[in-house]
Amino acid sequence: MASTEAAGQDAAERDAAAPDAAVPGIPAPGTAGPDAAAPDAPAPHTTAPNATVPNTTGPNPTGSNPTEPDSAGDIAGLEAGLDALDSAPPPRTPLRRLLLHKALPPITAVALILAVWKLLVLARITDDYKLPDPTAVWHSLRQLWLNGTLFDIIWTSVSRGLLGFLAALAIGTPLGLLVARVPVIRAALGPILSGLQSLPSVAWVPAAVIWLGITDSAMYAVILLGAVPSIANGLVSGIDQVPPLYLRAGHTLGATGLRGTRHILLPAALPGYLAGLKQGWAFSWRSLMAAELIASSPDLGLGLGQYLENARTDSDMPGVLLGIILILLIGIAIDLLIFTPLERRVLRTRGLAS
Amino acid sequence: MPPTTTTDRHERTAVASGLPAAVRIEHIHKSFGSAGSGPARPVLEDINLRIRPGEFVCLLGASGCGKSTLLGLVAGLDRPTSGRIELGGTRPALMFQEHALFPWLSAGKNIELALRLRGVPRPDRRPEAERLLELVRLGGAYRKRVHELSGGMRQRVALARALAQDSQLLLMDEPFAALDAITRDVLHEELTRVWSRTSLSVLFVTHNVREAVRLGQRVVLLSSRPGRVAREWTVDIPQPRRIEDPAVADLSVEITEELRREIRRHGKH
Ligand SMILES: Nc1ncnc2c1ncn2[C@@H]1O[C@H](COP(=O)(O)OP(=O)(O)O)[C@@H](O)[C@H]1O
Ligand SMILES: [Mg+2]
Repeated sequence: MASTEAAGQDAAERDAAAPDAAVPGIPAPGTAGPDAAAPDAPAPHTTAPNATVPNTTGPNPTGSNPTEPDSAGDIAGLEAGLDALDSAPPPRTPLRRLLLHKALPPITAVALILAVWKLLVLARITDDYKLPDPTAVWHSLRQLWLNGTLFDIIWTSVSRGLLGFLAALAIGTPLGLLVARVPVIRAALGPILSGLQSLPSVAWVPAAVIWLGITDSAMYAVILLGAVPSIANGLVSGIDQVPPLYLRAGHTLGATGLRGTRHILLPAALPGYLAGLKQGWAFSWRSLMAAELIASSPDLGLGLGQYLENARTDSDMPGVLLGIILILLIGIAIDLLIFTPLERRVLRTRGLAS
Repeated sequence: MPPTTTTDRHERTAVASGLPAAVRIEHIHKSFGSAGSGPARPVLEDINLRIRPGEFVCLLGASGCGKSTLLGLVAGLDRPTSGRIELGGTRPALMFQEHALFPWLSAGKNIELALRLRGVPRPDRRPEAERLLELVRLGGAYRKRVHELSGGMRQRVALARALAQDSQLLLMDEPFAALDAITRDVLHEELTRVWSRTSLSVLFVTHNVREAVRLGQRVVLLSSRPGRVAREWTVDIPQPRRIEDPAVADLSVEITEELRREIRRHGKH
């Protein structure tokens, strides 16, 4: 406190000495703009070049007391000094350092895992059909690529996953809003929704298969049952964490009812909602893979889960490992490409992440 | 006295009788906690207060005496237990101790949201927001995010957003209490300047006696438990005042004495 004031006073002295010194980003005294002056009330002290404030004869009685032009310029300068001293400079990390700190460690870790794998194979700790050489997995991948089926397999699963996720979004969002805002619905559904979150969605696969057969609909049903509770719960906790001050402020600005929901409540709840979406995607992907593995049938398009199941029945260990790796990589890629940037952007604009 | 019915405070009620007023607070009572959770605790008791159009009134009282509660009632955020509040104009603007700016919007967009909610058509919003930012000397801050602004700048943006409501009455709830002394001084200047240029009426809540005397044309002292209007002073010191002015200091000493007497009363029983 004491040091802030001392620094402020220094700035005040500097500004008093050079009242026209422009501070970056802050208009210099005397440039307050034409609309700062009341058009019908000419300033009585037009001789003072530094006066930002024309001394208008306002409707308030005390307003007619002219402010000394010197003191007005002084205040503007003081204010500019305070603003400059007290604002945080925008933090910037150079791209190279970012790559070095963010990308290098995981790449090193993956390289190490591959090295250990290779060493274990070379040490012949187990049979070849249980632990194939990393190059065998690479060959399986090349095979799929050369067949032209690699992207078909990936796309079948990813399109199912994303479509299911979008449906979960469309259901989970209004559901979350209702649970958060309507006490009766909250009392009725709140505990069920949180309970469902801890139920592994694989458990739904047998039921879905009996109800819907081995069909795409069964897959989507399992995705929905896995993702909707996460998305709804994310929105509920996002709304619960909205500071009441924002709602009061919105209320005084006239944002009540639906306008309040749209302009205040939902934007304020966005960080929690995004966390829910991220988790919802992870659940969608997991449930889908479980469904594809268990309810695999030649009638359905070949997805990653079926590919994995087929490799198992063929005792094709490189194929099994390849399936696992692909499922992992796609899950991570979608998260990194869609959800992480979204979340970072939202948090950064609010000053919640560096 | 018989409790009068509460009117809808957001209606454009022409001030019924007597002198014109920006707000007329009549026989306001407010209690908390009557619904099941223990006995009703009266917080405000028979508050009567009239603010003339264009007047600057400071409401002074110890912490917890019910100042924020009263402002909340005037702002329509809560309902009084009994009594009536008549507004001379539209919904009042309210400024809080914490800036209450929305962090998902830039400084300029915060103001534009207020304009939008007031019904200002889209093409007029940007120029009006820029004008209001210039008014609080933040011409360059349109694109700034809330977290990039200092405490003083945030409160100036909050003031600009409150002005964007174009209300006749501005309610301020200890808006400068969290700022350091020199920034607060600057904001006092800023507020007096903005007020003197408009026809705004201000009800400014504070627990700081000097601040009340520095700003107000009238200082109203609220007692505690229950909150009642204990005394009132008219401040005849001409603006621009400074917080160090001997006249401000003298009146502050007198009011502080009264405030202390008022607080001491509670230690006796
Ligand atoms: N919503 C509420 N429920 C119960 N008690 C409240 C509520 N709001 C305020 N109070 C009580 O009313 C009294 C006055 O509070 P407040 O108006 O915030 O005081 P001030 O702003 O003067 O510091 C305090 O004792 C506080 O505990
Ligand atoms: Mg308070």
